[in-house]
Amino acid sequence: MTARRVIALLLGALFIAAAVVVALNVRDEAEGLESPVADSIATRTPADLIARGEYLARAGDCIACHTARGGVPYAGGRGIETPFGTVYAPNLTPDSQTGLGQWSASDFWRALHNGRSRDGRLLYPVFPYPNYTRVVRADSDAMYAYLRSLPPVVQASPPHTLGFPFNLQASLAIWRALYFKPGVYTADPARPAEWNRGAYLVEGLGHCNACHSSRNALGAPVGPLDLAGGLIPVQNWYAPSLTGGDESGVADWETHDVVAMLKTGVSARGAVLGPMSEVVLNSTQYLSDADLAAMTAYLKALQVVRPARPAASPPAARTDAQARGARLYETHCVACHGERGEGVRGAYPALAGSRAVTMASSANLVHVVLQGGFPPTTAGNPRPFGMPPFATMLSDAEVADLLTYVRSAWGNRGAPVSTLDVSRFRSDVRP
Amino acid sequence: MKPFRWFSFAVAALGSALALPVGAAPPFEDSIAQRVLACTGCHGPQGRAAPDGYYPRIAGKPPIYLYNQLLNFRDGRRRYGLMTGLLTPLADAYLREIATHFAGLEVAYPPPQPAKENAAVIEQGRLLVVQGDPARRIPACVQCHGDAMMGVAPSIPGLLGLPRDYLNAQLGAWKTGIRRAQAPDCMNEVAKALTPQDISAVSAWLAAQPASGKPATSLPRPLPLDCGGVTPSAAGGSK
Repeated sequence: MTARRVIALLLGALFIAAAVVVALNVRDEAEGLESPVADSIATRTPADLIARGEYLARAGDCIACHTARGGVPYAGGRGIETPFGTVYAPNLTPDSQTGLGQWSASDFWRALHNGRSRDGRLLYPVFPYPNYTRVVRADSDAMYAYLRSLPPVVQASPPHTLGFPFNLQASLAIWRALYFKPGVYTADPARPAEWNRGAYLVEGLGHCNACHSSRNALGAPVGPLDLAGGLIPVQNWYAPSLTGGDESGVADWETHDVVAMLKTGVSARGAVLGPMSEVVLNSTQYLSDADLAAMTAYLKALQVVRPARPAASPPAARTDAQARGARLYETHCVACHGERGEGVRGAYPALAGSRAVTMASSANLVHVVLQGGFPPTTAGNPRPFGMPPFATMLSDAEVADLLTYVRSAWGNRGAPVSTLDVSRFRSDVRP
Repeated sequence: MKPFRWFSFAVAALGSALALPVGAAPPFEDSIAQRVLACTGCHGPQGRAAPDGYYPRIAGKPPIYLYNQLLNFRDGRRRYGLMTGLLTPLADAYLREIATHFAGLEVAYPPPQPAKENAAVIEQGRLLVVQGDPARRIPACVQCHGDAMMGVAPSIPGLLGLPRDYLNAQLGAWKTGIRRAQAPDCMNEVAKALTPQDISAVSAWLAAQPASGKPATSLPRPLPLDCGGVTPSAAGGSK
């Protein structure tokens, strides 16, 4: 083979690869041409369509990213930190220069469904369009009508700060060819309507797997909608597995407990803290009981993974770490969480028998002890009880001893926590 | 009757012994104080301040001042990661209740810190606090914070009973814009006019004054500046 032929072959292969990437990037684009809502009437939409759109925007938790801290809701400007750089969420209010003022309902649909901006640019999947692509056109149009109804706010977002090569559209095209497939949710006729509604919400607007799945080196969820848990990039909270019997699977929960957790932030089986607290605050507390029950039906039907438990062994003598941890527990924790880790019903979670305490990842425990926290204020729990931060009172070694004790006391069987396990999350506490 | 009384006394004693082991915290009760134990971990029991001199006293501060600070931390106008993290999931109504709770606590003040600076510095601080510096357009602290410097209800904080390090840190943060308030941000304007020497002199003098009593109920004179977080009743008819 001559050098010329090799070059020609390579160029040919490159051309074919590029053509494949381009072809994969324009899949399902034709769908945007037909619209149940004519773009021209979008400025005069009935109130119920707007209300429906507001509800769906809540379900999608759009406000969480598209609102700067202390800023006008949906006016954008919040920086979403990723391992590849910071992406700033744009202004969704109908300002004509800095917001969606010039966008048609079809433009909005294309963003949700195809991950493209009005000018055709590819959008970063920090905007969870791999999930939102499952949304049906009618729901997209309702959200569009709602966003059009907001008061326009003039606020330009800062430019993204992504390094090479992540700042290139070509890189994004390759990522999309590998990991993004547009497609509206199609109901599974073998499943009940409630399950299908739950699947539509969990896999689509809810974008639960954005946190509850682990991601590969390119930031893509490792499996399609596996919900098997993952460490949230940058925040370093662990979003527990929703399929794991020993993490946050709800197969054996009563439906009303799951609904209460998502509606109020607290339930008989536990409370939310950390990033999930914000999800309940901004999104799930506003969902109807029927939709929350549908999501629960879907989550309860997930295949449960039950890891083999080590055979029961007689309790060993207390290690030094456990003894030091027990003393710290008596000083700092016992008043609320009780002598036997039983907690106070309705106020402080039990630590004995808690999956949140014993699960393999200790990341959340470390965060909670260092930073403290409140469950969200919701209509159903407007005055939550809080946990104080101990970052300024306990050293890394003390937090490790304390958690080692808590994870092994009262019948708990979680692995010890090392000082290093605490140190690696200490820097997440930003003064 | 007598044996029965004896018996009930014994039961009561046993009950309280069970509920209150030696050195343990008070038993659980569903109260706002119980709900905000997350605050008193750093700010001290009843919000009386911690001994480290960094976390300020919150007990007895004016309610709207405390409420504004909770909003400022949650909404990014004041920066302290632990505060912002705690407050992020909390809505306005609950923050108002928390602020009102701590504002209503009457807790004795600790003795003042003896000033270590020389007499000239202390005097410079005193003059700035009580007279300001008209030549540099710096209003006296007492013009807004009250002649007794214990603040003015419901939104202007007192300046006494706070550690010198905390005062220094806050004035520095106002000056650099790290600490902000609702616009117009009057304290930012004042702090920008202060030199670092002014700030340490003011902080040293203030921290050395004994604190007692409650915030004043009204301002004797109109405010010299417009302040965004100050409600009209405290502004004393400045508009």
